[in-house]
Amino acid sequence: MLERCGVERLEDFYADVPASLRLGREYDLPDSMSEDEVRAYFENLASRNTPMVCFAGAGFYDHYAPAAVSYILSRSEFLTAYTPYQPEISQGTLRYIFEFQTMMCTLTGLDVSNASMYDSSTALAEAMMMSVAHARKRTRVLVSATVNPASREVMATYALYHGIRLDTIPEKEGVTDLEAMRAMLADGDVAGVVIASQNFYGILEDLTGVADSVHSSKALLVLTAPASSLAVIRTPGEWGADIAAGEAQSLGMPLGFGGPGLGYMCCTQALLRKLPGRIVGETADASGRKAYVLTLQAREQHIRRDKATSNICSNQGLMSLYAAVYLSLMGPEGMAEANRLGCDGAHALAKGLCETGLFEMKYPGAPYLNEFALKCRDAESLDRFMELCVSGNILPGVRLDGETLLVAVTERRTLAEIDLVINKAVLASGSGINTKES
Amino acid sequence: MNATHYDRLIYDLSVKGRRGTMLGKNRFDDAFSSLPGNLMRGEAPALPEADEPTVVRHYTNLSMGNFGVDTGFYPLGSCTMKYNPKINEEIASMPSFNRLHPMQPADTVQGALKAYHDLQTALSEIGGMAEFTLNPYAGAHGELTGLMVIRAYHMSRGDMARTKVIVPDSAHGTNPASAAVAGLKVVEVKSLADGTVDVDALRSLLDGSVAAVMLTNPNTLGLFERSIPEIAEMVHDCGALLYYDGANLNPMLGVARPGDMGFDVMHINLHKTFSTPHGGGGPGSGPVGVRAGLEQFLPNPHVVKVEEGGETKYRVENRDGSLGRISSFLGNFTVELKALAYILTLGREGLALAGPLATLAANYIKESLKDDYLLPIEGLCKHEFVFDGLKDKSTGVTTLDVAKRLLDYGYHAPTIYFPLLFHESLMIEPTETESLETLDGFIGVMRTIAREARENPDIVKTAPHNTPIGRPDDTVAALNPKLKYC
Amino acid sequence: MKTYYLPSHEYIRTDGTKGFIGITDYAQKALGNIVYVDMPEQGDDVAAGEEFGAVESVKAASDLYSPVSGVVTEVNEALVDNPRLLNEDPVGNWIIQVELSDPSELEGLMDEEAYLASLK
Repeated sequence: MLERCGVERLEDFYADVPASLRLGREYDLPDSMSEDEVRAYFENLASRNTPMVCFAGAGFYDHYAPAAVSYILSRSEFLTAYTPYQPEISQGTLRYIFEFQTMMCTLTGLDVSNASMYDSSTALAEAMMMSVAHARKRTRVLVSATVNPASREVMATYALYHGIRLDTIPEKEGVTDLEAMRAMLADGDVAGVVIASQNFYGILEDLTGVADSVHSSKALLVLTAPASSLAVIRTPGEWGADIAAGEAQSLGMPLGFGGPGLGYMCCTQALLRKLPGRIVGETADASGRKAYVLTLQAREQHIRRDKATSNICSNQGLMSLYAAVYLSLMGPEGMAEANRLGCDGAHALAKGLCETGLFEMKYPGAPYLNEFALKCRDAESLDRFMELCVSGNILPGVRLDGETLLVAVTERRTLAEIDLVINKAVLASGSGINTKES
Repeated sequence: MNATHYDRLIYDLSVKGRRGTMLGKNRFDDAFSSLPGNLMRGEAPALPEADEPTVVRHYTNLSMGNFGVDTGFYPLGSCTMKYNPKINEEIASMPSFNRLHPMQPADTVQGALKAYHDLQTALSEIGGMAEFTLNPYAGAHGELTGLMVIRAYHMSRGDMARTKVIVPDSAHGTNPASAAVAGLKVVEVKSLADGTVDVDALRSLLDGSVAAVMLTNPNTLGLFERSIPEIAEMVHDCGALLYYDGANLNPMLGVARPGDMGFDVMHINLHKTFSTPHGGGGPGSGPVGVRAGLEQFLPNPHVVKVEEGGETKYRVENRDGSLGRISSFLGNFTVELKALAYILTLGREGLALAGPLATLAANYIKESLKDDYLLPIEGLCKHEFVFDGLKDKSTGVTTLDVAKRLLDYGYHAPTIYFPLLFHESLMIEPTETESLETLDGFIGVMRTIAREARENPDIVKTAPHNTPIGRPDDTVAALNPKLKYC
Repeated sequence: MKTYYLPSHEYIRTDGTKGFIGITDYAQKALGNIVYVDMPEQGDDVAAGEEFGAVESVKAASDLYSPVSGVVTEVNEALVDNPRLLNEDPVGNWIIQVELSDPSELEGLMDEEAYLASLK
């Protein structure tokens, strides 16, 4: 091989790299490892992790997925394929994305979907930028304080550098303060409004009249909710949203310590040309066979460069396959049942925890599906409760501040697990002396 | 791959009332029915209704309409389609990583945090940088994050006038798009005929309004920018920072590091250089590294190693001065695990060989095919090179035709019509993971196609013939977009 | 009515007060099959040399620049459903109609002869 290249040694290929720039030494890295050594290395790391019975949510949920999903995902024709630029040999990828788009449209109640985004936080940031691009001259976006704080932080980062003024609509008893929103809209300079329902505290917000207020100010309404909840709750489309964006990890995806998840983004037909990311469309080949292709590419970075709707190149390809296979197996009935289980389990847990006297509902009376915020008697008791749970390999929720705990219940949580958590609360609410499990 | 056309969608197979899985019995009191009706959806979503065998067969059949690294060779320029080692997948699916919630207490995820820290440390050594963040989800996301680092740096010095970023006209389209998202104006600098940076043109553009200059090295034509020390000096003298687009890092493994070349900020595509699978477009991962002095600008949160009571512990922290948060959590974590497994497998000696062997493979193909294909720039290349179409232009066979004909022979197409410096660009990058036999097989087919173009051009112009479908009609797709099943 | 041109292949056919702006036959040929036209709204302002929209073909997109400043008085709605009209007859199918705010801007534009010469 060297001879055909006209060189004697591998180093000759790098004769043009000035000596001053060369590494000139070995990397300061470990020796190469055999497969067994690599496996042992990671088994050792894994032994220092504790997977837990998970009542934590806050954007990432421990849902059940049928075994067939990961089985299909491991097919290397899907796993090791490139972005489907060559449609003749990528119909597998293109078809599942087309199916995914169809499924996201029905879940969100909107007209069109892209082929997926990285995660909810970046999808919401893209929706924010899309509203501003649509409004042309207005550069202010409002986001409700009840949207996931991590997503709001990411939106704030994008807003800062992109030149968007991002203002927060305050919350009132766990939901968006709609009066405050209307007052902010009255300034007439708002391009988009981002609201969550179900929101970060798990509350299903009543958004009656919101779309009218937003639209009469010539702004776009962006709604977000966990994708799995959309199978039963009122959809962004039904609320009159222009854009829906959020996290689809709840469609049975592994927690994976926070990634990869799957961002979704859908919009009305009218906004199609402003939608960022890949989009797959149906067409035919010369002999009339149905074919799928990446379409509307003139919106994208590789053609529009700095005028593109976004810099996004990838989709979350394989994760959108995950969503498509999961939703195909679950079907409308499975999704309804899973939501019903989570909802009923959550209400049972909330009731049980409140009955211990240790907790009360942070937002009493607010309707919720499978996630809710609790207020603990005091911070020390919550410390004790958390410690009792964690030492028993239970993650009882996500602590939002000293006294507030955000708890999520999926269809995976059993009656026995729920009783166990309630039991820990009983222990923690006791004299404070008996912190050992009875 | 299977050449027969499987033309169904899961919706075509849907039968009312079918289902593909059973959930456990609901032993709770009913709370769901009491939720206010106006907060619930009017009708159930129109999802497919199918049994498990139907779903599994459908997606298995779909998979057979796909080409992947495991089916065949990708000579795809600038995309670094390496083999994806299977041990990586095994590691990433270990339940003790995969079942961790991102908001678990740090003490219960020490192994995961150590993996994050180990990978960021290894990438810092490989890139010659002080610190990496693994939070960006993809290469383009990394670019954006890197540019935000640069803006945060200038803003921290109170220098608000730097609003421009200079990119070569041969840059990937994501460079200008990322700059625009980061609120920077893009100025293109012309390339010389060989695709390298026109240093004089660049010098004339440098002033107090420039925030950064973005380059790849080697460049898109696989040529090393010899003037990089001079460029780095000019850029730094004008107060701007130099950004390294890691798309072409692979050939430099073991040879030279971006940090030593004078780059201040860089991103890496783990799905290119570090062997994680492309997954049909994602999930990727685009870690960003910075030289010493810029660490505080990296995004939050980050992982730190601390000594607590004589024990090494890993903590998740936020830094003041950070550009902000760019991801929900710590990036595409299980993708990061795969890259770490790859780095550990190859180790110091294996990684140092990856670059030179990728370069050898590229030069071998180039030298073997330059009699049939037009090589606009003679001489040694690095990991990739560009042909300007077939040498014999009289046949009317275009680069697109050659690319489509390759599909008939069981190869993925090369990158075509990029870079824009030539009309018939056909860009080839073989990577180091292909055997000599695979390379020879590809070379043989490329020669066959060149012969076909002379003897029977129609068969090339109408290719592909042995794929599930022929060339689709893109115009119809864009003119009357049909974007969902109905 | 007289027609003026920009080097970026937009034309304006104008009586000095009102004008019809579109793309030239050369431009439509270069773009190929046009699949979408991004147009401003009636009442929007346009400025000489500034972007007012874009035309897209399958794999290319081109920004549209206004030859003059003024207000958009009408947009060619037929292009929404049938963007290919621009391929069929780019001169008959103007994109927007504007009311000129500064007719003296026309003096800086190319006339037909100069434009045709520039294509050679």
